[in-house]
Amino acid sequence: MTAVNPATAAPSRVQTPLKRFVVEFLDSRVAVLGLVVLVLIVSSALFAPWIAPQDPYDLSKLDIMNGMLSPGSADMDGNLFWLGSDEQGRDLLSAILYGLRTSLLVGFSSTTVALAIGLMVGMIAAYAGGSLDAAIMRLVDIQLSFPAILIALILLAVLGKGVDKVIIALTAIQWAYYARTVRSAALVERRKEYVEAAQCLALPRQRIVLRHLLPNCLPPLIVVATVQVAHAITLEATLSFLGVGVPVTEPSLGMLIASGFDYMLSGEFWVSLFPGLALLVTIVSINLVGDQMRDVLNPRLQH
Amino acid sequence: MTATTSSRAAVPLPAPGSATPMLELSHLTKRFTTKLDFAERLAKRLGAKVQEFDVRAVDDVSLAIAPGEVVGLVGESGCGKTTLGRMVAGIIPPSSGELIYRGRPMAALPHDEARQATLKIQMVFQDPMASLNPRLRVSEIIGEAPRVHGIVSRNEQADYVASIMRKVGLDPAYAARFPHQFSGGQRQRIGIARALAVQPDFLVCDESVAALDVSIQAQIINLFMELRRDLGLTYLFISHDLGVVEHIADRTVIMYLGRVVEVAPSAELFTKPNHPYSRALLDEAPRVDTRKRTFAPIRGEIPSPLDPPAGCAFHPRCPLALPRCRSERPSLREIAPGRLSACHLNDMQ
Amino acid sequence: MTRQEAVLEVEDLRTYFFTRGGVAKAVDGVSFTLHRGEILGLVGESGSGKSVTGMSVLGLVDPPGRIVGGAVRYHGEDLVTAAEKRLRQLRGSRIAMIFQDPMMTLNPVLSVETQMVETVLAHDRVSRSEARERSREALARVGIPSPDERLAAYPHQFSGGMRQRVAIAIALLHRPDVIIADEPTTALDVTIQAQILFEMQKLCRETGTALVWITHDLAVVSGLADRIAVMYAGRIVEIGSAVEVIDGARHPYTHGLLGSVPSRNRRGEPLAQIPGMTPSLLNLPEGCAFRPRCPRATDACFALPPLSDEAHGWRCFNPQGAVA
Repeated sequence: MTAVNPATAAPSRVQTPLKRFVVEFLDSRVAVLGLVVLVLIVSSALFAPWIAPQDPYDLSKLDIMNGMLSPGSADMDGNLFWLGSDEQGRDLLSAILYGLRTSLLVGFSSTTVALAIGLMVGMIAAYAGGSLDAAIMRLVDIQLSFPAILIALILLAVLGKGVDKVIIALTAIQWAYYARTVRSAALVERRKEYVEAAQCLALPRQRIVLRHLLPNCLPPLIVVATVQVAHAITLEATLSFLGVGVPVTEPSLGMLIASGFDYMLSGEFWVSLFPGLALLVTIVSINLVGDQMRDVLNPRLQH
Repeated sequence: MTATTSSRAAVPLPAPGSATPMLELSHLTKRFTTKLDFAERLAKRLGAKVQEFDVRAVDDVSLAIAPGEVVGLVGESGCGKTTLGRMVAGIIPPSSGELIYRGRPMAALPHDEARQATLKIQMVFQDPMASLNPRLRVSEIIGEAPRVHGIVSRNEQADYVASIMRKVGLDPAYAARFPHQFSGGQRQRIGIARALAVQPDFLVCDESVAALDVSIQAQIINLFMELRRDLGLTYLFISHDLGVVEHIADRTVIMYLGRVVEVAPSAELFTKPNHPYSRALLDEAPRVDTRKRTFAPIRGEIPSPLDPPAGCAFHPRCPLALPRCRSERPSLREIAPGRLSACHLNDMQ
Repeated sequence: MTRQEAVLEVEDLRTYFFTRGGVAKAVDGVSFTLHRGEILGLVGESGSGKSVTGMSVLGLVDPPGRIVGGAVRYHGEDLVTAAEKRLRQLRGSRIAMIFQDPMMTLNPVLSVETQMVETVLAHDRVSRSEARERSREALARVGIPSPDERLAAYPHQFSGGMRQRVAIAIALLHRPDVIIADEPTTALDVTIQAQILFEMQKLCRETGTALVWITHDLAVVSGLADRIAVMYAGRIVEIGSAVEVIDGARHPYTHGLLGSVPSRNRRGEPLAQIPGMTPSLLNLPEGCAFRPRCPRATDACFALPPLSDEAHGWRCFNPQGAVA
């Protein structure tokens, strides 16, 4: 509604775009809930070595006698297994916390690297135009027309197992999304009058791209990135579930789910269920945050 | 304003007399073309209706603007006035023809001087929001270019920005704010301040008051006139609003479909328009002082620039069109001292 | 044609927007009467509440906006309290709306014929061929050449001016009693605007349709409207016949607006200008909202002035003498 345009108000106090973003973000209770849960998950994953009852990677601490304990039961020494244990006697809560570390590490780092690559490639495509633009965008199209999981499987088959390999594979399948988003954002922004004004002021081209164009292309990218983190975590889980992702010695959530899968129908549901729930809650909270960011940063909804 | 008055009389087109024009547009043309890519060529071969298009958005426009003069440029959508303004401001290059700044062709200037000349011609845009980078503070929007070009040092920037802000009627206390915190009129003042900060002597105003509320419009028009008086600025004032142009411009240029159809001192043009299109525009522009009346519009639509009519582009809508107008394009000729018009009817008198 | 028959009476209409920043009184006590065949120009700047007034009449205000008081009477029937079903029945048939952007009315993926025929059938039980015939007539009436061919076309195949004509033709399908037009010619070129004004004027004269023409441009309504209402910050500050308002403006705001029009000033002289800027609706000055910008304001203006008269009235304690 044009009737209520805050811009017609006399400027009251200095309000940075960031402050405005924060205020508007906090408007949605669901999103705030998502954010709180996400912060809890991330910090518990970060501090896993201090809060987890057990180090699940230290094979010497594991006792095969404690295998498949049901949730809430204790071992001979009286150590409580809140969420039960898996076949090797790993405390599931500890495994989930450590698994989250791997999952989040893979999700965030592959997204960050892919974002950087996509940003650069997309900007070049938008600014250069012509045949270079066409070549880049066709490459992007081809990549996006393959199922992501297929490309990742092929890459991992070539590269072998390992957290770093998974990150490389996930980066390789994600950059194209960013390249496309950045390019379309940059093409829109380029036509805006403030860019023309910068040209008119004879500012160096590099300056126009980095100081004027780039910061204004970021909002849609941030939104895509949040959703992509969730996507990357799911992909990693899928890959690990299929057995081509992280090594068995450093189980991620996907691998935990996979290892409990065989017991699902024999009543020992917890080995798969709890890592699955952890994955679900993580993904949902990231998406809640991402959705609200999209609403707040959507230029069409801004005044 | 006597200097202006004399120069106004002395600068018809092409500029005769002694004074070098501040800016001369010589046969400026801008064509927009697209070549078909591979897929489109294939589609065409298969019978799809794809075409290469070739639009002359601006077609052979020549104009000399004297120092201190305000030239109004009027026309409807698709007439090329915005494209012409962008070319003059150096945002898009002309397809052919040249811009001559103080007697020297811009294209032939060495790099450094070319940049200086570009800075001397600045632009004030239409949309007060889109023309300001939303992520920069006002101090940076105004102060960036003068700092980058060495007009002021980093230390002097704050004082310099404050002085420019005062000049355009903004409180320097707001320098740390962002564009969205200002009203439309204030944002337009920021846009003007940004242009003034590089010390131009020529301003291209492209519909610079069109997006503003009526009561704010008057404030900005007054500011333009004040700046002209104080800084001796020269203007190319592009607008669809005849009332505004009549008020502010010494000379008015009317464009239709990429070409100039009439040039005349404003006082004469608005009382005795020569070209039938100018007359139609003047008759149909709503005016506060017209009472309840019956509108009697000219017929027809503005033709697409993709497919302009042959001969005089206005002939399909012209109530006075002759058979000749359909085939032969009238040239822009002098019909009285300082007045030009492109109409065959002038040959009949 | 009896001019005295009131088609639409708006009385003390109040539409507020309940936003995070507070309550914005977009429309705050607006009253006017519209007679058969009459053209009312509703003039105001952005944020004056002119568009919201139009939307309120049709019950089209979206949250966080809400009509909180007053009445909109169509032939005596109050629309504010009417059921949504009844409103839907009236909208598009008895009371039509035209927007600045014709694509608000037009569906880009349907042909003009489909849209028009559907509109006819939505309110009237007639055969398809009759509906088509009526659509053709409506297109012809707004000056669209070769309406038979144009019926088959899609909205994107029309120019901006033609699209607006189609939107107007759709509004006319049911020969409405009232048309509310919100800045329908603002985005159009001068010569095209003149054509549309011409068609609308003819239409009101011939069919007796009453028209509310919402605009920011005094010049447009001075040649078109019978009566003019000037809005400022949610209130009508002056209302009267077009001649009275334009030639004898009494409210300092109307007076200031008229004074700032370039053609009312001597060429090259500074324009008379209204100082300051439009106040925020969230933070309106006490009493007369124009007070901080008004050259004639006195202490009395801290109270809200009443509208002085129905015929030619103004909300001001210190009205201007008639303009020479």
